[in-house]
Amino acid sequence: MIPFKSLLTFSNLVPLLAIIIVLGGIKRSGRQPLWAEAYRRLGRNRAAIFSLAVIGIYCCIAVLDSITWKSNTLAQPESVITHLFHAMHVKSERTYSAPFAKMTTGEPHPHPLKGWHVLGTDGSGNDVLLQTLRGCRTSIIIGGFTSLLITPVAVLLGMLAGYFGHRVDDIIQYLYTTLGSVPGILLNIAFLLVLGPGLVNLCFALGITSWVDLCRLVRGETLKHRDREYVRAARALGVRDLRILVNHILPNILPVVIITVTLNFSSLVLSETILSYLGIGVPAGTGSWGNMIDAARLELARDPIIWWNLTAASTALFILVLALNVFSDALRDAVDPRLRSS
Amino acid sequence: MIGYLIRRLLYSIPILVGVCFLTFVLFYMTASPGEIARRNLSAKNPTAQQIKDWEHQHGYDKPKWKQFLDTTEGLFLLRLGRSDSVKGERVMTRIKESWFPSFEIAVLSFGAAITINLSLALVVAYFRGTYLDIYGTSLCVFMMSVTYLVYIIGGQFVFGRLLKLTPVAGFLPGWESLRFAFLPVVVAVISGMGASVRQFRTFMLDEMNQDYVRTARAKGVSEPQVLFKHVLKNAAIPVLTTSVQAIPGLFLGSILLESFFNIPGLGNYLVDAINSQDFAVVRAMVFIGALVTIVGYILTDISYALVDKRVRLE
Repeated sequence: MIPFKSLLTFSNLVPLLAIIIVLGGIKRSGRQPLWAEAYRRLGRNRAAIFSLAVIGIYCCIAVLDSITWKSNTLAQPESVITHLFHAMHVKSERTYSAPFAKMTTGEPHPHPLKGWHVLGTDGSGNDVLLQTLRGCRTSIIIGGFTSLLITPVAVLLGMLAGYFGHRVDDIIQYLYTTLGSVPGILLNIAFLLVLGPGLVNLCFALGITSWVDLCRLVRGETLKHRDREYVRAARALGVRDLRILVNHILPNILPVVIITVTLNFSSLVLSETILSYLGIGVPAGTGSWGNMIDAARLELARDPIIWWNLTAASTALFILVLALNVFSDALRDAVDPRLRSS
Repeated sequence: MIGYLIRRLLYSIPILVGVCFLTFVLFYMTASPGEIARRNLSAKNPTAQQIKDWEHQHGYDKPKWKQFLDTTEGLFLLRLGRSDSVKGERVMTRIKESWFPSFEIAVLSFGAAITINLSLALVVAYFRGTYLDIYGTSLCVFMMSVTYLVYIIGGQFVFGRLLKLTPVAGFLPGWESLRFAFLPVVVAVISGMGASVRQFRTFMLDEMNQDYVRTARAKGVSEPQVLFKHVLKNAAIPVLTTSVQAIPGLFLGSILLESFFNIPGLGNYLVDAINSQDFAVVRAMVFIGALVTIVGYILTDISYALVDKRVRLE
């Protein structure tokens, strides 16, 4: 039986809260004609709906992996997925084993396996399917949390710089030009060394480098809108600057911001693997496709080639990133047909 | 234009000071000079006196603001100083030794990438709306979705281990270096291909919808002529500017590629310096990197003005 009380922890409620916010935002925005039209166009695009479904599945897995509780069979509070695998008697083995194999590989005297592994097991005997599924949560958090971190900052600074100009513009431009002049990967490494390893710190380190482009874009867009007639009319009517920014300019630049953030999502997911390869990614113990692919460097050189670890992780990553790319392209076409890529 | 250039160069001074400050702060947050000294001293258990001497020798005992001013001044005069490591070699010497591998790989991959991507984009744009275009752009999205690591690991496995055509990693000087450079260049070209071809195709199609193209067609200019004479010339502007932006990367070498393929270039030098917390080297290399990036931005603007007469730099 699931003890109900241990379900109500902070880490379990956060993912649910995030979903409620996103769904609420979509529902509310659907009342506005621009977005309603965009959703209608998006709905007619079969590839977009399909990739949205794929992203949805990844998100579901990520949420299932975020809900944890303690039980008497497992020492630590474990997620739904781990409980599920535990219930299906997928046990840890001694070392590598191929998909569907009955014996371990890579040992002088192969041992019989305790269980049945669809995607085989990795070096420390963990089920590769379980590891792959656990990587979803890391990727979604890295893409989602980083986007949530940078978007408000970049939009705020970009709008201030574009709207007020002069001194404010100089300071903000100076800030992001300086950050942009240092090679991005170095900043990531340096910030991770300062903050220490960890999933949330990784998001912060990625955020430091990725807000610059968005901020530059928002500044340019605000600059464009600042002298449009509707803004001038509002100013002539005595509307205050803050109100003009929030009520008039923000809704007009929001489509561009949302498109850029979704386009950026996939590159954030991809950069996790590279940082893992450099040894500064997610700490061991958190499921991560980057760490799995990193391990494959040595595994491909072994005599019976260990290919399943690399294949599982990179396929999972590929499908997610592909779906994100297809969806964000479709979203861009739907929201702003002038920006159409084809 | 001269006035513009001078203003841009003057504006880059505060940015470079900012970059130095950022490196300085970040580095002091990761390690104290005492720790660096302990790591770099040859003695197993250095005494307090030895550590002090080392700090004095490398200038870490002065007040922080003095250190910052001294090092920043040195960097601006391009006195890059010596490494903090045991050998204490000059940073300039190391740069002279290791610029060539970075440069070779960078130039080869830059040249190969722009030729291949531009030709492919032309082909796709020529056959726009046909199945070739649809499959081509889909393939681009597919290629964009594969992580860099898979290209590297896959390339090393297929070319190095299975076919035994190229060495898996490493580098040798002279003509031999081409064999070692082959795989990194292929990986660099292929990993960037999807995004570039798609982008170049968009540039071309943007031009194809312009009025002058319709006029040219109406006059009876043949389709290949329209594409290669009119469209290509005008699409060259965005292509050029996006390519010039990549030039700063040529100098530091692709940091990632070099550390993956164990190529003794500048990027690898930098990553090693970070890992061994060699502040003197990191400081110098980040400064040079920032300098080159800023010069790259200015070059982008200049090339923009040179190609497109409508653009005036003020």
